[in-house]
Amino acid sequence: MELLLLLILPIGGAAWLGITGAHRRAPEVNAVVSLGTFLAACALAVRVIRHGDLLLGEEQFFIDPFNVFLVTLTAFVGLTTALFSRPYMRIEVDHGRLTPRRLRLYHSMYQLFMFTMLLALTTNNMGLMWVAMEGATLSTVLLVTLYRTPGSLEAGWKYFILCGVGIAQALFGTILLYVAAEKVLGSQGVTALLWTHLDAVKSQLEPTVLALSFVFLLVGYGTKVGLVPLHSWLPDAHAEGPTPISAVLSGLLLNVALYAVVRSKVLVEGSVHSQLPSRLLMGFGLVSVVVAALLLWRQRDIKRLFAYSSIEHMGIATFAFGMGGPIANFAALLHMTVHSLTKSSIFFTAGHAAQKAGTQEIDRIRGLITLSPTVGWGLMLGSLAILGVPPFGVFTSEFLILTTAMRTQPWATPILLAALAVAFAAIFSKVQPMVFGETTGRRLPHAPALLPVFAHLAIVLLLGLYIPPYLADWYRAAAHLIGG
Amino acid sequence: MAHLPLGQQLLDSCAALLLLLSFAMLSQRRVVTLVNLYAVQGAVLAAATLLLAWRTGETHLYISAALTVGLKVVLLPWLLYRLIRKLEVYRDTEPLFNVSGTMLVGLVIVVFAFSLAQPITRLASTATRSSIGIAIAVVLLSFLMMITRRKAISQVMGFLSMENGVLFGAMSASYGMPMVVELGIALDVLVAVLVLGVFFFQIRERFDSLDLHHLESLKERE
Repeated sequence: MELLLLLILPIGGAAWLGITGAHRRAPEVNAVVSLGTFLAACALAVRVIRHGDLLLGEEQFFIDPFNVFLVTLTAFVGLTTALFSRPYMRIEVDHGRLTPRRLRLYHSMYQLFMFTMLLALTTNNMGLMWVAMEGATLSTVLLVTLYRTPGSLEAGWKYFILCGVGIAQALFGTILLYVAAEKVLGSQGVTALLWTHLDAVKSQLEPTVLALSFVFLLVGYGTKVGLVPLHSWLPDAHAEGPTPISAVLSGLLLNVALYAVVRSKVLVEGSVHSQLPSRLLMGFGLVSVVVAALLLWRQRDIKRLFAYSSIEHMGIATFAFGMGGPIANFAALLHMTVHSLTKSSIFFTAGHAAQKAGTQEIDRIRGLITLSPTVGWGLMLGSLAILGVPPFGVFTSEFLILTTAMRTQPWATPILLAALAVAFAAIFSKVQPMVFGETTGRRLPHAPALLPVFAHLAIVLLLGLYIPPYLADWYRAAAHLIGG
Repeated sequence: MAHLPLGQQLLDSCAALLLLLSFAMLSQRRVVTLVNLYAVQGAVLAAATLLLAWRTGETHLYISAALTVGLKVVLLPWLLYRLIRKLEVYRDTEPLFNVSGTMLVGLVIVVFAFSLAQPITRLASTATRSSIGIAIAVVLLSFLMMITRRKAISQVMGFLSMENGVLFGAMSASYGMPMVVELGIALDVLVAVLVLGVFFFQIRERFDSLDLHHLESLKERE
C-alpha cells in the first residue's frame, strides 16, 4: 500500500502537472505531491523496521533496510528541493531566463525523475532497475537544457550521449548476469533477474561471466555515479541546469547509481571469491577522489566547483564500499546520507548567490554576508560541513572511513588524507571571499526559501554529534546486508 | 564440416549480415542511407528472432520479433526520416578519421570481440551461442561510429545500432530477456528518440546547424 502510494504519487503528479500546464499554483502542487511521497516513504520505512524485509507485487519489488533508507532520503530531499524551487524558479521567470511554458516542463519532469529514482531503488528486478536508470537520464536531459543557452545544450548533449553509452554497457552487464543466472535458476526466465533469487544462488553462478558482467555494470552505472574517468558529463550538467536540478542530480541521482553498483557487487562478490570487485571499487574511488581534488583548484564557476566536490565525495563512498566490512559499509552509508543533505543545501545557497550576483563566476560573487546574512552563512556553514570540519556528520563518516583504511588498506590512507587536504584548501580559499568582502549583488524579487538549507545542515550537524540508536541499528542492518 | 540444420544456417547468415551492416554504417556518410541501413538492421534482427522463435517454440520471442518490426523497422525510421526532412541534414561532414583507417580499426575490434566472447560462449547453452562474438562486435563497432562522427544525428544512429547489438547479444546468449524487461527497453528507446527530436530542434534553433563542433566550449580552462 505504502509502496503503491510512493510510486503512484510522483507519476500521477507528473501527469497532472504536465496536463494542467502553466498553472499559477503548479509549484505548490509540486510541493504537496512531494510531501505525500515523503509521507509514504516514512510509512514504508516504519513498516520495514518493524516487520523486516518486504517482497511485494509478485516479487517484483523488494524492500530491505538498505534501500528503504535511500528511499526515505530521496523522498526527503525531493520534498525540500520542491520547497526551495518554488521561490527560486519564480525569480528565474522574473529575471527573464524562463518562460511559464518551460516551467510546466520543469515541474512535470521533476516528478517523473523522482518516480524513476524511486522505481530504481525499490525494484527487485535487475532489468527493471536498468530501465528505471535510463528513464532517470531521459527525464533530466530536457531539464539540463531548460535555459536553452549554448552551454546548457552542450551539457545536455554530453549528458545524454555519455550516460546513454554508459547505460548501454550496463544493459550488457545485466544480460550477462541473466545468462549466468539462467543456468542455475532455469530457463523460464521469470525469476532469473530477480535480485533476491540471484542472491540466494550467487555462490553457484559462473565466476568468469559474473566478473565480466560486473566490469560492464560498474562502467555503466559508474558513469552515472560520476567516477573518474567517466565523469566528464557531471560538472557540465550540474553547472548549466537550473539549481534545483543540480541539487537533486548531485544529492540523489548519484546515490541511486551507486546503489545499483553496490547491489551488483553483493552478487558478484558471492560468486567470484576474489578481490576483483572490491579492488575495482577501491581503484575507481581513489582515482576519483584524487583527480576531483586536483581539478577543484581550476574551477571558476561556483556550481562547477561543487560538482567536482560531488565527484570527490562519491569517490570516497565508492572507496569505502570497496573496502567492505561492517564499519566501512556503515561509514559509506552515512557518508551518502550526509553528502546528499549537505550538497543539496550548498546548491540551494549557491543558486541564490548566483541570482544575486547575476553570474555563476566565483570572481564576481562577493560579500554575500552583507547583502543577505542567511545566504552567506548558509554557504559558509555548508562548505565547512562538506569539507569535513567537526562536528558535522561528514567528519564522522570520513573519520570512520580513514580509520578503517588505516587498518585494512594502509597504503591508501596518505593518498586520501592528502586529497582531502587539497580539496579543503581549494574550496575554502574560493568560498571565503564569496561570503565576506565587498558586496556586488542585487536584491531578489521573491524571498528565497532557506528553511531547507538550515534543516539539512541541522540534520547533518545532529548526525555528527549523535546518531540515534534506531538509526544506527538501521544503518548497521544495511551495512550487514552489503557484507564484504 | 558437419551438416548444420537449415534453421541454424539461416541464423548464422543473419548474424553475418548484421556484422556486415555494422561495417556499412561505419563507412556511410549520407544520413538518409544511414537510416535505411538501420531499418534493414532492425529487419534482420527481427528475422533472426522469428527464426529462433520457430526453432525453439518460445512464444515470447514471437512478441519480441513483432516489437522489433513495429519499433525498429517502421516507427523509428519514420520518425528519423521526418526529423531529417525538417532539419534538412542530408550529409555528414568529413569524419574525424578517414574511412579506410576506421575500417582497419573496426577489423581489430571484431577480433577483440570474439576473444571477449569466449567465456560467455562456453557458458551459454543456446543453439546460437556462436553469434555472441558478432553481437559484441556490433556493439563495439557502433561505439566506434559514435566516436568518429561529428553530426549529432549520426551519433544517435550509432547509439541505436549499439542497442540493436545488445539485444542481439541477449537473444543469442539466452533467447532474449524476460518480457517485462524487453518492453521497458523498447519504451526507453522510443522515449530517447522523441527526447532527441526535441533536443535537435533546440540545438538547431540556437546554432543553425547540427554540427557538434559548436558543442565543444565547455572545457576545463587553464
